[in-house]
Amino acid sequence: MSAMLDEPMQTVERPIPRSQRGPAPTHVTTSYGMWLFLLSDIVMFAAFFAAFVVLRDHTAGGPAGRDVFHRHTVLIETACLLFSSFSCALLGAGVEYRNKRVTYAAVAVTLLLGAAFMVLELSEFAQMIADGAGPGRSAFLSAFFALVGLHGLHVACGMLWLIVMLAQVATLGFSPKVVRRLLCFNLFWHALDIVWVGVFTVVYLGAFT
Amino acid sequence: MKTDMQASRDDERPGAAGELRTRLLKYAGGLLLSILLTGVSFWVSATGTVWPGGVPVLLAALAIAQMGVHLLMFLHVSSGPENTNNIMSLAFGVFVVALVIFGSMIIMHSLDTRMNDMPVDVHRMMMAP
Repeated sequence: MSAMLDEPMQTVERPIPRSQRGPAPTHVTTSYGMWLFLLSDIVMFAAFFAAFVVLRDHTAGGPAGRDVFHRHTVLIETACLLFSSFSCALLGAGVEYRNKRVTYAAVAVTLLLGAAFMVLELSEFAQMIADGAGPGRSAFLSAFFALVGLHGLHVACGMLWLIVMLAQVATLGFSPKVVRRLLCFNLFWHALDIVWVGVFTVVYLGAFT
Repeated sequence: MKTDMQASRDDERPGAAGELRTRLLKYAGGLLLSILLTGVSFWVSATGTVWPGGVPVLLAALAIAQMGVHLLMFLHVSSGPENTNNIMSLAFGVFVVALVIFGSMIIMHSLDTRMNDMPVDVHRMMMAP
């Protein structure tokens, strides 16, 4: 009788005090570490943003932003990054459900969109330098190339990382290590998109207003 | 109570909570919202309809809204218990970012105006090697 009474008592879920829960699962601690790295990366970007905002009007008689930027190029670049963010989220879902086909397709779309972004940005840079608006022309252009180039460098590194992850999924499968790395990549790619929102608002749209 | 077995299963399946359908809806919603916000940003900067003085403020508000959408929909920042540390470090990060950007803007603007006020010979003397 007493055993029957005890039975439902044990199934009642009580909140366990934090001190008795034991260590957090590895994916929580790993993504927390990655999150800290991304935040410090964003703090570094903040310094570049600050330099750009301070030097924006110091064109030294050279071209200003509205003379060298093209609105439609920026719009296409932004679309590339937005859709690659979406495909990266699908990549996360594909990894979680251990679906190789979805994962490969999402990786391919993310890489393609990232490559399209890089091509657009590099051709924009090349055109500006050919027009005599290179980073040496004025303080404004130095700050512009430093900030936007730093973001482009991050995108390029992210694509390299994704190619490495593709090889790891192909050879190691969805082992816990690989899954955690893909989780970190997901965070990295979305953080880059957040930085880009700041870039296109402050650098490009700010130049046209 | 969370047993060891459960914990190790969680390790293998990060973010196991949440149905696939709701997740996909969340991503699609995030994508639609960010497309909408980006479109409005570009429209605001191109059109003359909005009062020019309000454009920078509007652009800033739209950008912050879009960053929020990305944080919620794609980075899964929530108020869940295992997210407390993430939220606290995010708050600190935002604080430092704001300090760096607005601090630099205020200080450099103030320096700029003071340099312009200076008598010409003092300015020349400071610029001399």
